[in-house]
Amino acid sequence: MPIKNALRAATALGLLTATGAFAESHSPTITIATVNNGDMIRMQGYTDTFTEQTGINVEWVTLEENVLRQRVTTDITTKGGQFDITTIGMYEAPIWGANGWLVPLDDLSAEYDVDDILPAMRSGLSHDGTLYAAPFYGESSMIMYRTDLMEAAGLEMPDAPTWEFIREAAAAMTDRDADINGICLRGKAGWGEGGAFINTMANSFGARPVNENWEPQLDSEAWAETLTFFTEMMAESGPTGYATNGFNENLSLFQQGKCGMWIDATVAASFVTNPNDSEVADSVGFALAPNKDGVDKKANWLWAWALAIPAGTAQEDAAKQFIEWATSKDYIELVAENEGWANVPPGARTSLYETAEYQEVPFAQKTLDSINAADPNNPTVEPVPYTGIQFAAIPEWAGMWGQVSQEFSAAYAGQQSIEEALEKGQAIMTEELEAAGY
Amino acid sequence: MARAVTSQRKAINTAIAWTIGFLIFFPILWTILTSFKTEGTAIADPPVFLFFDWTLENYAVVQERSNYMRFLWNSVIIAGGSTLLGVIVAVPAAWAMAFVPSRRTKDILLWMLSTKMLPAVGVLYPIYLICIELGVLDNRAALVIILMLINLPIIVWMLYTYFREIPGEILEAARMDGASLRNEILYVLTPMAIPGIASTVLLNFILAWNEAFWTLNLTAVDAAPLTAFIASYSSPEGLFFAKLSAASTMAIAPILILGWFSQKQLVRGLTFGAVK
Repeated sequence: MPIKNALRAATALGLLTATGAFAESHSPTITIATVNNGDMIRMQGYTDTFTEQTGINVEWVTLEENVLRQRVTTDITTKGGQFDITTIGMYEAPIWGANGWLVPLDDLSAEYDVDDILPAMRSGLSHDGTLYAAPFYGESSMIMYRTDLMEAAGLEMPDAPTWEFIREAAAAMTDRDADINGICLRGKAGWGEGGAFINTMANSFGARPVNENWEPQLDSEAWAETLTFFTEMMAESGPTGYATNGFNENLSLFQQGKCGMWIDATVAASFVTNPNDSEVADSVGFALAPNKDGVDKKANWLWAWALAIPAGTAQEDAAKQFIEWATSKDYIELVAENEGWANVPPGARTSLYETAEYQEVPFAQKTLDSINAADPNNPTVEPVPYTGIQFAAIPEWAGMWGQVSQEFSAAYAGQQSIEEALEKGQAIMTEELEAAGY
Repeated sequence: MARAVTSQRKAINTAIAWTIGFLIFFPILWTILTSFKTEGTAIADPPVFLFFDWTLENYAVVQERSNYMRFLWNSVIIAGGSTLLGVIVAVPAAWAMAFVPSRRTKDILLWMLSTKMLPAVGVLYPIYLICIELGVLDNRAALVIILMLINLPIIVWMLYTYFREIPGEILEAARMDGASLRNEILYVLTPMAIPGIASTVLLNFILAWNEAFWTLNLTAVDAAPLTAFIASYSSPEGLFFAKLSAASTMAIAPILILGWFSQKQLVRGLTFGAVK
């Protein structure tokens, strides 16, 4: 008898499962795939306001960044239609736009004021002049430093310091007994982690990953100088095990007062100055990312998390309405009204930086200056055939640079020499780029 | 004297077993402890073990942000459905292989197992396209069938091993008494193999519960189980370790409780036939 019961239960379960799919609501609903970060989570909290205004329901699917990329790519390329809006970055927007995977955002309403989007963001999210994703927030990278430690070291941070100054200041601020590292930087493997940082640093040393003909340049002197400078500085003043430190690890160290300086995403400024999370909130200063003395490129990147509509969605109009709402001036004001100006999504709109209240936020001006100092169309001293600063906007970049950054991380960890890492990196790039037909 | 040595050895063995057990359990314990810390305490260096201000704030935030019960229900349906369906298909298959073997039985068993060696991502696109064609993306029934098919080789293998321990003469006797094939499997074979079937069910339920590739790639809203729930708290830009730990604890709690209550059955089944 128990077996019969089990069979009955299985049949009932099957029927329940099958019928569950039909028990959906028939009111208009859009599904949004997104990443888990503070600004996106905050937006989810205001979804009810959008639903009240428009009658459109919103379902959120939150995924880890890499899972989201894989999930959305699969869905878009197979025309699965699972998502009406997806959160993508500045790397994907031009590539996916060129492939015809995204709905062009060329008919946004006049009230939306598309010209108010910061030019660097608009350019980075467009392909052939057509906008494919609306920036929800944008970021560059800059120096965040401890004003008290800098003062104790008898130094003053210039607005636009050089790498030579940074190295000297890091050494002066380092106090191994007090567990204070002069500088914390990303060393973790990954094209968007340590790979992104070292690429911007190389730009500021006059290096470039490829030449105009897509020939890898990791065997150049400028690259050897970049990695040598980086590893020496980190050995002198960086935390132990920095080869595995990414954004979160360095954020944690800085918030606990264990870093004199940290060069990373401008969006981190709101975290390190938040007294609820940071032990050093009262003593943080900001400066533009450094460059090698005499080189006219800074080590700062440009990135945006943006909302895009996958081609083939059945809810294109509703999706556009949501994007217009979520990336509007009104949304910024809604957040400011409820949570203060320091918590509004930064780096997307010019008008935000013209707002008197926002100008009082300590990191606002430096964030804008950093974004404006980034030029994705002209990222290196010598010319390159791609757009993008910490990445090249080609489909092969993520896989290829991910492998190269693993070689770099192995060198940071002392598992191989810098020469070996660069040699292997050069071989990886040569093989990948040739195979892709560049 | 000999007795004293035995006791001492017993004590040492017990201590080693407890140490190994603690080391294996430690990551889960640490996750549970972190879930009761503030985000600041969660990243404290040196780490704080027990003496911190315990808080339920993370659970409140997770509860507010996510519809936990929907994810849990989907997990129960998908893991439970695929396991039950798998056993229903596997019992006759294992019976045939154990009691009416052919020259090819061993080859078939090995071939079945070899399908587990295929990297899942290799068949992602075909399966995704089939789901689109059938209109069953983000559908629990589709996941029940897919996970059943994925775990079927293991279920058949396990049941085949257990059935082989049962003397064929008993089944013959049942047949001589006039039992049909159906009655032979249902009323003679199955009750004798209950410990084995129970451990197979439990193990496969756990495998299906933890399956993260297909459940993440084929679901969005309606069919998303607890694996998707945990994935939604992983963040590359921001410190949410305490909330991630709270979500993880909520996701593993049902399976931990199930494992706790059924450990006797599980161990009995796994050691079934180990000593002849």
